[in-house]
Amino acid sequence: MSAPVAIFPEAPGTLAFCARLLRRQLVLALRRPVDIGNPLLFFAMVVALFPLGLGPAPGTLATFAPGILWIVALLANLLTADNLFRGDFDDGSLEQLLLSPQPLYTSVLAYVLSQWLVTGALLALLSPLFALMLNLAPGAIPTLVCSLLLGSGVLSLVGGIGAALTVGLRRGGMLVALLILPFYMPVLIFGSAAVQAAVIGAPAGAHLAILGAMLCLALALAPLAIGAALRISVDA
Amino acid sequence: MWSFFHKLGSPPWLYGIAGSILRWLLPLTLLALIAGASWGLLFTPPDFRQGNSYRIIYIHVPAAVVALAGYYVMALAGAVSLIWKMKMADVAMKACAPVGAALTFIALVTGAIWGKPTWGTWWVWDARITSMLILLFLYLGVIALYEAYDNKAAAAKACAVLSLVGTVNIPIIYKSVDWWYSLHQPASIKFTGGSTIDPSMLYPLMLMIASFYALFTCCLLLNMRVEILRREARTNWVRKLVGA
Amino acid sequence: MYFDSVHAALAMEGHGPFVWAAYVITLAVLAAMLTAPARRARRLRRELAGNFKRNAGRGGGANEVGNASGT
Repeated sequence: MSAPVAIFPEAPGTLAFCARLLRRQLVLALRRPVDIGNPLLFFAMVVALFPLGLGPAPGTLATFAPGILWIVALLANLLTADNLFRGDFDDGSLEQLLLSPQPLYTSVLAYVLSQWLVTGALLALLSPLFALMLNLAPGAIPTLVCSLLLGSGVLSLVGGIGAALTVGLRRGGMLVALLILPFYMPVLIFGSAAVQAAVIGAPAGAHLAILGAMLCLALALAPLAIGAALRISVDA
Repeated sequence: MWSFFHKLGSPPWLYGIAGSILRWLLPLTLLALIAGASWGLLFTPPDFRQGNSYRIIYIHVPAAVVALAGYYVMALAGAVSLIWKMKMADVAMKACAPVGAALTFIALVTGAIWGKPTWGTWWVWDARITSMLILLFLYLGVIALYEAYDNKAAAAKACAVLSLVGTVNIPIIYKSVDWWYSLHQPASIKFTGGSTIDPSMLYPLMLMIASFYALFTCCLLLNMRVEILRREARTNWVRKLVGA
Repeated sequence: MYFDSVHAALAMEGHGPFVWAAYVITLAVLAAMLTAPARRARRLRRELAGNFKRNAGRGGGANEVGNASGT
């Protein structure tokens, strides 16, 4: 923190800078409530597709509910991943961020955190509603929320890598999905397994612990990859 | 002075050395492939449980092994190009992706064909097949990303980052798919898992694995030579090479 | 040789079609893998030779034109 202060006396410290960045991102998101609502609406609509496709029998739906809820959450996250850096890349503020003396690692974390708060966390908190619609056993709902909270953090971080790699491309949307879906698979496996374990009454702590470990790994490494990818995209 | 010479000399040197390696490695590889395949197909005894269908192992396993190793070669080349900004590492990385994807494809197709007589169905969501499918997706992702960029220097760097992310993820993916499979499928379908393999079957398999590695190297060098030519299209040595 | 005849080797006690199909598909993919770079190299060389020839003609280097056609 001493270096930026020495060069730019009025520059904020790293933490203050990240807090400002986070606040800016959240304000930007809140000014366009439709963008926040879209993933939730998507979640609701896809959940409604499953009874139509699989039949409305409560037993069938309950069997598939953990997998359905997790896959839909994953897709909703995927749809928002593409927009993480798009606006700031287009108006040039991303370039300013790369030129600023602030460590990129923490700034990137602020971006991802704001995205997670308005999609992943929100989705996790609203998921009990959809779980009830799909007849998920009520006992499994706390596990569902926990697993979605942890897992969507990983999804946001990994999605950030894909977004950063494709932000300079004119048509990145589909490509992001192709690049990062394989990396989503372990999260899907353990997330839905945690909920399934909770449904049959087995302890789900181990699954949640593994999701937590994935989150730690992603927190440590993904910002590095996002930073490197952003530099490449801006240079190109 | 040295670095100037190094930069100036490296692509033509690599082009030349790749050519002279290929001159003897390629015939040797083809010979080893033919020898190994006919050994496995015609001279080994059949497996007592699976009969003759097990002979697919001589292409399935080598393709799968080398496809996985190929991803690590690609990531290694990507890391070298990111860290030391070596142009030739870029070239190697770009050359790996299609070869690895083709080998993964071979492993998947032969696995499916092998599954029909063994399990009675073309496709089983077995842990290894699923992992190979994900590996194919990873390779295709790298190729798609490379093609999406117009600026090929940036494309190579982006692919290097992606393949490094993949390298961290592959063990996680493999372990979680393994675990997922053990959760859903109590080990009812299991073949050659843990059981020892007879030397009469092992030796041709080793030969095939070695020749698939050699084949990967050959394809890599062939692809690299084309890529070097393409990148160095404006230089004098290419002009001489093409014009002479 | 494990098999008695060519026919037995082709049939492989019923597994023949699967085994041979796997080997044929592999052979096809490997052949494509090995010939694709050669084909691309040939096309690229022709293209480059054409480029050099055109540029040489524009630049007035008439002595290089004859050489370029030698590929």
